[in-house]
Amino acid sequence: MKNNKTKKQEAKQYEAYVKEFTPKPKVLVNGVKAFITGGLICAAAYAVQTWLIRTMNLGEDAAKTWVTVLLICTAQLLTGLGWFDTLAKFCGAGCIVPITGFANSMVSPAIEYKAEGPVLGVGAKLFSVAGPVLVCGITASVVAGLIQWCMR
Amino acid sequence: MEYIKVFVTGGMICLIGQLLLDLTKLTAPRILVIFVVSGAVLQILGLYEPLVEFGKSGATVPLPGFGYALAKGAMEAVTEKGIMGALTGGLSSAAAGITAAIGFGYVVALLFSPKSIR
Repeated sequence: MKNNKTKKQEAKQYEAYVKEFTPKPKVLVNGVKAFITGGLICAAAYAVQTWLIRTMNLGEDAAKTWVTVLLICTAQLLTGLGWFDTLAKFCGAGCIVPITGFANSMVSPAIEYKAEGPVLGVGAKLFSVAGPVLVCGITASVVAGLIQWCMR
Repeated sequence: MEYIKVFVTGGMICLIGQLLLDLTKLTAPRILVIFVVSGAVLQILGLYEPLVEFGKSGATVPLPGFGYALAKGAMEAVTEKGIMGALTGGLSSAAAGITAAIGFGYVVALLFSPKSIR
């Protein structure tokens, strides 16, 4: 019994000892980086959107769709080239939370599991993160529709 | 002025994501799911539309905007077409983005090979 207790104490001491050396996430610096980079991505998207509306005579909805598609394709191309990870290391949530992160989350596991073939490797892993996101998002949209139907 | 609103709205949403990453044990995929669902829930409660009017792309480009688009599509389709709209509205409103992500993503993943982080 006594032995057991000292062991527990030792474990606690070790935990504290380890904590001294594990790097603490720099919450403030990371937050500022995420705020600035995330804001810049959104502002750039807005700039492209207004430019499309002005020069291409697109409606607002069409321009929004084009911007979304452009953001997704850019993020996926950067992922393929291996540059997105470098960006994400700096931006943190700044480029994961915008739609670019969703696009990256599809391509990056798909490339990783390329060796397993074009169907069960690339085809399946494309959805290893995007799958849950789509499942939850689409289910929520059905719930939204049902609530709307009950309320009218 | 518009750009400042867009910048601040988008930045704040990303800041919330970064705080969730750093201060909780949530992993990135879970945060993506939480953001998409919370966007849809806020739209059901009628709270996301004002944010979109204020922040424009700042509110639609981050992932809650994706959930917002799904929920909004379903709700609009229900008022137009009845109960079937609950099943068709969500995906059809986000069809372009999802299809582009799947199609282009598949091609990119086939063309490029794995690389280590530089």
